Amino acid sequence: MLPEFEYHRPASLEEAVRLLSELGPDAKVIAGGTDLVVKMRAGLVSPRHVVDLSRLTEIRFIRDEGDRLKIGAGTTLWEIENSREVARGVPVLREAVEEMASWHVKTTATIGGNLCNASPAADAAPPLMVHDATLVVVGPEGRREVPIGEFFTGPGQTVLGVGEILAEVVVPKMRRGQGAAFEKLTVREGALSIASAAALVEISGGRFVDARVALGAVAPTPIRALKVERALKGRPATREILRSASREAKADIKPITDVRGSREYREEMSVVLVRRALERAVERAGGAWA
Amino acid sequence: MEPRVIRFRLNGEWVRLSVMPNELLINVLREKLHLTGTKYWCGIGECGGCTVLLDGEPVLSCLTLAVDVDGRKVTTIEGLATGEDDLTPLQRAFIEEGAIQCGFCTPGFILTAQALLRENPNPTEEEIREYVRGNLCRCTGYVSIIRAVKRAASEAVKSRRPGPAAGAASG
Ligand SMILES: Cc1cc2nc3c(=O)[nH]c(=O)nc-3n(C[C@H](O)[C@H](O)[C@H](O)COP(=O)(O)OP(=O)(O)OC[C@H]3O[C@@H](n4cnc5c(N)ncnc54)[C@H](O)[C@@H]3O)c2cc1C
Ligand code: FES
Ligand code: FES
Repeated sequence: MLPEFEYHRPASLEEAVRLLSELGPDAKVIAGGTDLVVKMRAGLVSPRHVVDLSRLTEIRFIRDEGDRLKIGAGTTLWEIENSREVARGVPVLREAVEEMASWHVKTTATIGGNLCNASPAADAAPPLMVHDATLVVVGPEGRREVPIGEFFTGPGQTVLGVGEILAEVVVPKMRRGQGAAFEKLTVREGALSIASAAALVEISGGRFVDARVALGAVAPTPIRALKVERALKGRPATREILRSASREAKADIKPITDVRGSREYREEMSVVLVRRALERAVERAGGAWA
Repeated sequence: MEPRVIRFRLNGEWVRLSVMPNELLINVLREKLHLTGTKYWCGIGECGGCTVLLDGEPVLSCLTLAVDVDGRKVTTIEGLATGEDDLTPLQRAFIEEGAIQCGFCTPGFILTAQALLRENPNPTEEEIREYVRGNLCRCTGYVSIIRAVKRAASEAVKSRRPGPAAGAASG
């Protein structure tokens, strides 16, 4: 049995915002419920009000807008995994979603829920971070845009205020000359990440003209590996430079020891995951090592 | 906490009942509707024992609020056959391949596999393994389960007649 709560099913996003503002901090949104119900069962959260967004079709879409893709927060992971637009425009997101959970979970779990749950191990986050995605938030004060790098503030915490809902994710699509890849370390397929890494590179004239790396489950929030990126940008695209840049990951992260892995293991594996993600990203970018 | 009246199509028939907002679908199915084929196992989404089909897609009834199925179509293992005489090809294949030992995981596997075969009538072994990775079995070692799904698929392909009438019946 779950703790007691009142259940609300608003008919529109606007109504949901109004309801959440009225109900205040004792209300929680539910989308797929695959994080929230587990937490409520464990007694980790017990909201007095639950506001169900799962039938709001206005936040359930994947739209191709030329150089970017817009994904509604209520889009399920299964819809994302099977979307041709995502496979073409943001293949690294598809790669991460494919490795998440199971079919049964993904038919209901949403991308908005994955981000708003703000687990350091949220697998959708590293791919969206290397794509410099923007999150569109609606609330009582209207609409605002938050770069994904500023969205997470701690484990389970985001910049969302009372009454605010994540409405959509805007993702610049991969361009020609870019390549991206995702690496995940788990005990078995579909389990939560012990550590994960996404990389996106752009190579021109034998050099890394752009390099973006993000990691999951190795800091209080998903993070960009800025030291790794700095060690790559403008440098020749050689395996040696890639390898030594990957070692910088240790200085970018702040892992803890928990049931899934120790701090030391995460440190060592972060380097390996970053290297593998970068190597595959380079190959996908056209593969020309300098 | 106010009870709510929900109406949904359960195994082909509309049911109407009053549930509390914090009731999970699995509890309503097992305790109020006495459909105990849906198994309560881990309760946290990891095992697939509580799988039901919601509008044809597999979902975990241990993570689904009962209020959420209002107006929708739910299929449980009880909805597939009325008795031994009209088992589905998938159910027969599970028996013939010895894919059932203690049987606790079987309803979840069969419903998942049924949804898979509707989506993809001729899956590869790799695809079957991907689709059922959310279903755990502590007895069989999975080999016989995969074999059963393949057998049901190939029998369905063999028995399918060409022409406009071909295709799976909808449940
Ligand atoms: C068996 C199992 C395996 C899993 N495996 C993985 C995995 O491999 N990788 C991974 O990253 N996760 C995994 N998860 C976690 C979970 O499935 C995902 O995080 C999922 O995407 C959550 O989405 P949801 O719609 O179910 O969220 P919900 O549970 O509905 O919501 C999660 C949180 O976000 C808030 N929220 C939801 N939507 C919004 C919104 N639009 N605006 C504001 N707040 C919102 C809710 O209030 C809640 O606090 C797993 C879960 C299970 C049960
Ligand atoms: S009981 Fe629902 S997944 Fe295990
Ligand atoms: S047959 Fe016993 S758990 Fe699968």
